[in-house]
Amino acid sequence: MAAVATCGSVAASTGSAVATASKSNVTSFQRRGPRASVTNDSGPRLVSIAGTRPSVRNGQLLVSTGLPALDQLLGGGLAVGTVLLIEEDKYNIYSPLLFKYFLAEGIVNGHTLLVASAKEDPANILQELPAPLLDDKCKKEFDEDVYNHKTPESNIKMKIAWRYQLLPKMEQIGPVSSSRFGHYYDASKRMPQELIEASNWHGFFLPEKISSTLKVEPCSLTPGYTKLLQFIQNIIYEEGFDGSNPQKKQRNILRIGIQNLGSPLWGDDICCAENGGNSHSLTKFLYVLRGLLRTSLSACIITMPTHLIQNKAIIARVTTLSDVVVGLESFIGSERETNPLYKDYHGLIHIRQIPRLNNLICDESDVKDLAFKLKRKLFTIERLHLPPDLSDTVSRSSKMDLAESAKRLGPGCGMMAGGKKHLDF
Amino acid sequence: MFVELNNLLNTTPDRAEQGKLTLLCDAKTDGSFLVHHFLSFYLKANCKVCFVALIQSFSHYSIVGQKLGVSLTMARERGQLVFLEGLKSAVDVVFQAQKEPHPLQFLREANAGNLKPLFEFVREALKPVDSGEARWTYPVLLVDDLSVLLSLGMGAVAVLDFIHYCRATVCWELKASILYLMQGNMVVLVHDSGDAEDEENDILLNGLSHQSHLILRAEGLATGFCRDVHGQLRILWRRPSQPAVHRDQSFTYQYKIQDKSVSFFAKGMSPAVL
Repeated sequence: MAAVATCGSVAASTGSAVATASKSNVTSFQRRGPRASVTNDSGPRLVSIAGTRPSVRNGQLLVSTGLPALDQLLGGGLAVGTVLLIEEDKYNIYSPLLFKYFLAEGIVNGHTLLVASAKEDPANILQELPAPLLDDKCKKEFDEDVYNHKTPESNIKMKIAWRYQLLPKMEQIGPVSSSRFGHYYDASKRMPQELIEASNWHGFFLPEKISSTLKVEPCSLTPGYTKLLQFIQNIIYEEGFDGSNPQKKQRNILRIGIQNLGSPLWGDDICCAENGGNSHSLTKFLYVLRGLLRTSLSACIITMPTHLIQNKAIIARVTTLSDVVVGLESFIGSERETNPLYKDYHGLIHIRQIPRLNNLICDESDVKDLAFKLKRKLFTIERLHLPPDLSDTVSRSSKMDLAESAKRLGPGCGMMAGGKKHLDF
Repeated sequence: MFVELNNLLNTTPDRAEQGKLTLLCDAKTDGSFLVHHFLSFYLKANCKVCFVALIQSFSHYSIVGQKLGVSLTMARERGQLVFLEGLKSAVDVVFQAQKEPHPLQFLREANAGNLKPLFEFVREALKPVDSGEARWTYPVLLVDDLSVLLSLGMGAVAVLDFIHYCRATVCWELKASILYLMQGNMVVLVHDSGDAEDEENDILLNGLSHQSHLILRAEGLATGFCRDVHGQLRILWRRPSQPAVHRDQSFTYQYKIQDKSVSFFAKGMSPAVL
């Protein structure tokens, strides 16, 4: 009961901001305990949004990142109002995948998307989203939903229970049980066109926007960042994600995706020079973005080429200003590619930071050595373990090689202290 | 307020020292539990608190405060707490032109030199009210956290100037009509970047360490992540104004953070190990 009834989430600030703005507003978030401000409602009304669920720990609202394994490592999902920062791998092969999973999850759940990129047209990014793996029951529901989106709601006249026609349609009360939280995707297939067209998305392609004459407040950020912030703020305000539009019946989540933030294509020079003129632009952008997210129903994924940033201090500041930080390290091109220890995996994934929101503690996973691999269809994250030694002649030399390479694992691996000789049982 | 931490620091809300600058520092771990401790401590001590919260929203502190037994919304309503929500104010400042100077005015300017508007805000907030009766015991300024100001484009010197001005106002202030010293306290949080070579942050941290009376340093364990011991807390008492006749006292404890409290124990004496 507690998990369902109390959604005292990060966006409870939405509740307070909204409650002060207009008393007649209905917020879908509840604080634990009695409400401080009184609305015109008769009692607490719980309206849940598709694709979200309250956290087990403190009732905060979570959305799925598109990878159920990553959701579990983050303590259930990504909290609404926070930023997920992905530190890109060296050749930017796997981070676009995580980016696309996040957006695909938004389409499957019916969330609004905002895709920003300086490199690719957002429409092209959306074309390349992976297809969801749905079992038959969900597929039927899906086809019906898509069909209903296309045909306008025709008022089917009720013949017997005609009195009920006069009542407004019920909002879905209670936890959304029919749609799952977190779906699996088939990386080898594309998302069906109907789903993309049925979704509500906004694109920000920097080369187009930089020349437009959108009225922008003067700010000390680089023009690309300023325009992007203005764009995000417009969408949040116009579509009512910050509770400013009380006529909106159905609450929804805005999923923001920003690709390659900090790269020179955005006009920022932190990847080129150590002490450039714009060294505070990125951190200011992240700060204002955090402010926008905390006061609206949105979640954001940012991929950033941190391995290119020359000034290490900026990486530390960026980490502090983001909520969840996940680093990808792929083995391509490194000496680890041929290492027998890592032969089953494509790279390592590091969960560098998990936020403590509305709480003194956070759900940190005990497993610190995680690796990922991209199979033909699925992207999986697993605990890194030594491969089984299945050779016929168990020779001493092969074991020595493994012990040598196993020394390079992090201290949290659980293996014994490395040394040249090992005990052979 | 964590009772065990009060015992370690030898204070209670009734008889806390005044006129002190406390520096909270965290290295390789999250030291925000100390901020929550001091916020609830000073609210329970019936002080007038000005909280400059730059990194998290009001509801975050409010929900944790409820677990620790203080209600921030009520404190704000009755005037005990003045809360500057940095995130919300930043959005207002950046997207709308402000008529009067805003505490976070430096976000709009490319080369803001100083934090004067922010200092004016603090001074206004902690000004003693001429109501005749002394409602609150003494003023307290709490900042979470100062390293964010560096990320937002301010130099380390500008931040140190701001702290200096605040100290002059909060810790020693003479009221014109009634000559008495209103000694308040200050608590600030700074991140220690460790080996990230953040020079500005190091300047700020060293500068504040020399000025502060009490330094609480939360560090991660040198051996890495542990489920039962979340980190190590180093407590250092200093007397910056007097010559170093008395040796600075320093204690080290390890801690584990639970849902509503933090338990402290001597190094190696974690209940999980014994």
